[in-house]
Amino acid sequence: MRTSDSLRKTYGETLVELGKDNKNIVLMEADLGNSTMSSLFAAAYPERYFQMGIAEQNMASTAAGLSLTGKIPFINSFAVFASGRAYDQIRSSITIANLNVKICGSSAGLSDYGDGKTHQSIDDIALMQVLPHMTVLSPCDAVETEQMVKAMVASKGPVYIRINRNDLPIVTNPNAEYHIGKMTQIVEGKDVVVFATGIMVQQSMAAAELLKKEGISVRVVNVSTIKPLDKDVLLGYCDGVKAVVTAEEHSIIGGLGSTVASALSKSRLPLEILGVGDCYGTSAENYDILLKHYGLEPKDVAQKVRDVLAVK
Amino acid sequence: MEYSQEIVKELKRKAIQVRANILEMIPPGKVGHLGGSSSIADVMAALYFHTMKVSRTNPKDPGRDRLIMSKGHAVLVQYACLAELGYFDRSELGKVKTFNGMLQGHPDMDRTPGIEAVTGSLGQGLSVSLGMALGLRLDKSENRVYAILGDGELAEGQIWEAVMAASVYKASNLCAIIDWNGVQATSTTAEIFPIANLVEKWKSFGWNVIEIDGHDMVQILKALDAAKAYTDGPTAILAHTIKGKCFPFAEGKAKYHNAAMNDEEYKIAWQCIETMKREVEA
Repeated sequence: MRTSDSLRKTYGETLVELGKDNKNIVLMEADLGNSTMSSLFAAAYPERYFQMGIAEQNMASTAAGLSLTGKIPFINSFAVFASGRAYDQIRSSITIANLNVKICGSSAGLSDYGDGKTHQSIDDIALMQVLPHMTVLSPCDAVETEQMVKAMVASKGPVYIRINRNDLPIVTNPNAEYHIGKMTQIVEGKDVVVFATGIMVQQSMAAAELLKKEGISVRVVNVSTIKPLDKDVLLGYCDGVKAVVTAEEHSIIGGLGSTVASALSKSRLPLEILGVGDCYGTSAENYDILLKHYGLEPKDVAQKVRDVLAVK
Repeated sequence: MEYSQEIVKELKRKAIQVRANILEMIPPGKVGHLGGSSSIADVMAALYFHTMKVSRTNPKDPGRDRLIMSKGHAVLVQYACLAELGYFDRSELGKVKTFNGMLQGHPDMDRTPGIEAVTGSLGQGLSVSLGMALGLRLDKSENRVYAILGDGELAEGQIWEAVMAASVYKASNLCAIIDWNGVQATSTTAEIFPIANLVEKWKSFGWNVIEIDGHDMVQILKALDAAKAYTDGPTAILAHTIKGKCFPFAEGKAKYHNAAMNDEEYKIAWQCIETMKREVEA
């Protein structure tokens, strides 16, 4: 059972664990291995670790070739490069043929706070989920990260996982069964349901606490599989509530909010989408400054809940 | 290595048949990549009918060598070879690029037996080939991977990423063949994007480089065998070719990169096939 709060360390450790018996797992890196933690695999199984240099496009297409010989390649970089820099390679070499390549977008969202807008990925979910055959995962803690990495190895086909650079408190149940597509209620509530992903799960849990004092009961659901989205389960979690809020550390365009809005298009429930506006990031001394600046704090989630309840 | 006259003659016959199959796919009025398919036809015939280990009965035979058409637009020449191997019925040739057909406009591994990957977005096939080569090496397989590149395609930056990586990993089971016809989609490479010094470029990246006349069957066979024998890293065969080779109205012309022949040209093209057949038997 994971006790670490580090998602990326858990990612690396889980692959080392799985790589012991599964010799088909190979890792590829574009010189960020100490950040993505793929370096752990390099130390354990050097013959199955490919340092590809700072060349993400070649890394993605080479992974396609490795998968065509039965390997399970995991390619690693910062989310912004793993998704955007190699977009056409992922599209043409990997997803058209539904190849078994796993893509780790590390330091996702704003979590690489110091490096600024070129290194912060607020568009990776949009880019990856638009691709046919692609599965898109967004864990909220280390427990879920471990479960997801295991599920990625067991699954066939391309999967993108976005991983926060910073430690996040464990909020999911390590003893619960996991499968790709799973959506879990984290907080019980009856007035409004908040569908959250990644760090916004913890932020939404705190928001629910704030609103409890105001007599507003908030249901928080962790949507850690963005695609494929289980529409039936999603609609089930909307049962009995007056309104819906989505929360993500990603652009409000093309992410969880857009996907949920599309799934709920036939319902008459009011919906508010919380995320990063149509803009790029910026450098900051710490992560909290960015979460405050871009309106991703618990108080912002709480305000969205009040706003959506005010909709007539 | 010496090659018997009979082997060379048989491969020349195959190359003529490959070009005939290409013509079958693009009757008058039907647009197709005649130029870049014809330029590499001799090399392709040598690969599929002599050098490469391929099964006549099982396109997915685990012991096969792989060929990736990185210049995916020239897939007509690969379809022409796969039809000769009997991987699909010849009647499919007449249905190339039709709705939901087996023979798509660009290589599609899910549609066509014998196609190993999805290519067509230029610059990616060498990387895919490198991945296959690394995977085969991990499995201690003796099989080799051949990547067919266009010279215009070499403008894609990813090609040079793959060239570097193949060298770093000393992928001696990888052979890149550059269809050096000097003409790309809209004009000559010299006019569009003259990157020059190709031989020196590949050498400086650490590859074993062999320069040949890509229409001389004996030179082709020698180069492919030399590539096999080289174990210190990947080999690049820079094949001087003529775009539209064997069809005089199309030779060296960008217009026939992707064009339809008219009735007169099509007739001439078939006459050329007949002439070549007579010459090879003479």
